[in-house]
Amino acid sequence: MTDVNTHGDSDHGAAGGRLPVADIPHKPRRTDVDPKAARRAERQVAAMFTLSALSVVLFVVAYVTISKEANVYIPVLGLVGAMNLALGVTMGAAVFLIGAGAIQWAKKLMPDVEVVQERHELQSAPEDTTAAVDQYERGKEESGFAGYKIIRRSLLGALALFPIPLVVLLRDLWIQPTDTPNPQAELETTIWRKGSRIVVDGTETPVKATDLRVGGLISAIPENLKEVQEEERTLNARGKAAILVVRMQPDEIRSQQGENWDYQGILAYSKICTHVGCPISLYEQRTHHLLCPCHQSTFDLADSGNVIFGPAARRMPQLPIGVDDEGYLVALADFAEPVGPSFWERG
Amino acid sequence: MSTVEKAGAGAGTYVDQRLGSNKFLGRSLRKVFPDHWSFMLGEIALYSFIVILLTGTYLTLFYKPSMVEVIYNGSYVPLKGIHMSEAYATSLDISFDVRGGLLLRQMHHWAALIFVAAVSVHLLRIFFTGAFRKPREFNWIIGVVLLTLSLGAGFTGYSLPDDLLSGTGLQIARGIVQAIPIVGTWGAFLLFGGQFPGDDFISRIYSVHILLIPGLILALVTVHLMMVWVQKHTQFPGPGRTNNNVVGYPLMPVYMAKAGGFFFIVFGIIALLGGLVSINPIWIFGPYVPDQVSAGSQPDWYIGWLDGMLRTMPNWETAVAGITISWNVFIPAVVLPGLIFTAMALYPFLEAWVTGDKKEHHLLERPRNAPVRTAIGVMSLTFYMLLWVGGANDIIATTFDLSINSITWFLRVALFVLPPLAFVFTKRVCLGLQRKDRDKLLHGYESGRILRLPNGEFVEVHQPLGVKERAVIESRLNTDHAPLPMPAAVDASGVANKHYRVKRLQAKLSRVWYADQVPAPTLAEIEEGQHHAAHGALSEAPLHAHADALENVPFHGGVLHTPGGETTNQEQLTDRGGHL
Repeated sequence: MTDVNTHGDSDHGAAGGRLPVADIPHKPRRTDVDPKAARRAERQVAAMFTLSALSVVLFVVAYVTISKEANVYIPVLGLVGAMNLALGVTMGAAVFLIGAGAIQWAKKLMPDVEVVQERHELQSAPEDTTAAVDQYERGKEESGFAGYKIIRRSLLGALALFPIPLVVLLRDLWIQPTDTPNPQAELETTIWRKGSRIVVDGTETPVKATDLRVGGLISAIPENLKEVQEEERTLNARGKAAILVVRMQPDEIRSQQGENWDYQGILAYSKICTHVGCPISLYEQRTHHLLCPCHQSTFDLADSGNVIFGPAARRMPQLPIGVDDEGYLVALADFAEPVGPSFWERG
Repeated sequence: MSTVEKAGAGAGTYVDQRLGSNKFLGRSLRKVFPDHWSFMLGEIALYSFIVILLTGTYLTLFYKPSMVEVIYNGSYVPLKGIHMSEAYATSLDISFDVRGGLLLRQMHHWAALIFVAAVSVHLLRIFFTGAFRKPREFNWIIGVVLLTLSLGAGFTGYSLPDDLLSGTGLQIARGIVQAIPIVGTWGAFLLFGGQFPGDDFISRIYSVHILLIPGLILALVTVHLMMVWVQKHTQFPGPGRTNNNVVGYPLMPVYMAKAGGFFFIVFGIIALLGGLVSINPIWIFGPYVPDQVSAGSQPDWYIGWLDGMLRTMPNWETAVAGITISWNVFIPAVVLPGLIFTAMALYPFLEAWVTGDKKEHHLLERPRNAPVRTAIGVMSLTFYMLLWVGGANDIIATTFDLSINSITWFLRVALFVLPPLAFVFTKRVCLGLQRKDRDKLLHGYESGRILRLPNGEFVEVHQPLGVKERAVIESRLNTDHAPLPMPAAVDASGVANKHYRVKRLQAKLSRVWYADQVPAPTLAEIEEGQHHAAHGALSEAPLHAHADALENVPFHGGVLHTPGGETTNQEQLTDRGGHL
């Protein structure tokens, strides 16, 4: 193709695609001066492309032959899935070698002499700007945009308002239940009621006071949570009702959020952090500190669940508890304050 | 002409008759791009994005963005019979039942991590070399928007598998939205379709993750690259390189091979990572349940600094007149990130206003030659890295057996103290380097060889700078170093200057910008200095004349040269008969 002149608009000031060479010191490469080295580079490039093709074959073979369940022990990596390893390595090699070959080709065999191209001023020439201004003025005049004041203003007004339907339509992103006046109403209550039995999260077994030794901790939910979940088909109720039940010596309790909200030293607190809502599970029985694993807010369960460190501003809400006729732990009421992170209307 | 080329030429003519494309090809096939390793950072971002699109499209064929509860019955035994969302179940299916599914999922995740990293480091390169200056301010803004979008793409994608770790991230996101004054509660309810977690959110962020964000990224990347094409790439200073030219290699063949090849390299490395290194093993975390969490919860690396702010912030909250303002969440998670990204987007305009610089810049500036900019950059990086420490405070505390409380208190102080110290330190280093450059221009470089003169005096031989180094250092001579003049409160005819206060502030900042700059020597001084160094080096000549001196031949890049045997390009061109 070298004898075909591609003229273009002489952007490069050079015919035949040839560019002026930068006048800077340049050392010839080995492949420039030694034909043997050049041939060796040629063979290297071709070998990489060939190995790439070979890797594709291996990829297909691996896909067909290796079992999905097969594991293989590789030093450093440990026990890994054989299929994933084989597919990754063969596909990686196939793709990588194309790139490596192309770059080796460019670096060893294509010219490494730097060439020069002039930049052009980005700003338009004055006559082009004048022409643009003239065209604009002509268009403006013909439209009468400047003259028809009332058209202009009413158009601007209409344009300002037309996006409103697009915004209004977003309202039903939350399909509000008829019995719910506002979001706040949903955030302020949980499914805990007077007499709701406290059951262990996971086994769903009710808890007797004697089941919990001093220093112990259980993660618990209300007994009817499963039913509510089935009915609502969401995890919303769980996200608010989860509690932690801890037991300490009654004289260790320095304060709590309501009088006699404990039962013989057994206290129940919300499990949802008042900072941004992570469930809290790290409890140190000696200090009665509760630590949130997300942002390390620390609460003192022996002292009304108050914040003692970290970014949370609110204490952990306490659930008043007692026992029913059969001696199982129950809630005496719903939480007295909203659980979880703060919100504007919380007050 | 081969048959293939003939067919190609035929197709080319066919297209040209309909689009006039040959004119563009004639101008563009040999377009010159400058070479530098740091110019590959943007390429890595682009190529990893392409890998993300390819692997992501594959994943959509199997993934179902649904929060409907199902009972898992796939081949991962430990989770058999467990209730989970369909999103999590299909993510497990991709990992265990689709052959190659795990590879593509891991490639997607690795490519995403690399994408955000490449975008970030690319942005740092642009910042520290002043590549955002006129005429490239628009592209800087697009870059900042792309960075923001890449964080959004990463976070939404991280949330889709609906595992325990990602669900915890969403719970935090809900808490943050809820903390926005006035609209927060409603905002959270609208986003999640009611209370958290609801049953809408996964399908909602799915369309954001696979359509909205990638569509915007694709559109902006296109504009980004078109602008690079039109404005031509910046280049580092060097011999023969000026503000008015581009010195480098032509698109065809060199850059087609190099950049095209590099795409395959990036793709290949991501595939190898996907095959060899496990990432985000969602089956270990288990399905999302809002009352469970694992200790040591950590987000992907690019969210770490935001998490750090959230962890470090003191627990301020105002409850008054029936409303609550959660400063402890709103400030670190909404206000500060907003301010940081806005300041980043506006930076080119602020700097140009302070320096009063209205010229076009196509030659990159060495960081040492803009000490205040470099210092601002290092200061910001210090701030960012401290926040990373904050984001990892629990890991650091358990690893090094420290108290989380003391780490947090250290950060609350350090975030205000260390960045300014980094500023001062960096500026001093830059000025020191400027001084060293000045020395090199005036006296040549120190060869490390001590010479004893006939009169017994010992001197170190200074040698003249090489062509390349000298051109690089001299690039500073063409930049302005003068601060803006102080404005007059009233002009000559006694009319008060309306903009006096603003202009005065501008002039003052300008003085700060240029303060302490080491004056660059004049060309005449440099000539004399280099001449002097050359002369000094000559006093060594008798050593070279020694019999075994010739055996000690310098070795350059695989080619043996005798001293002074370097050929210029022109000479080499002549050797090749005038053809490149």
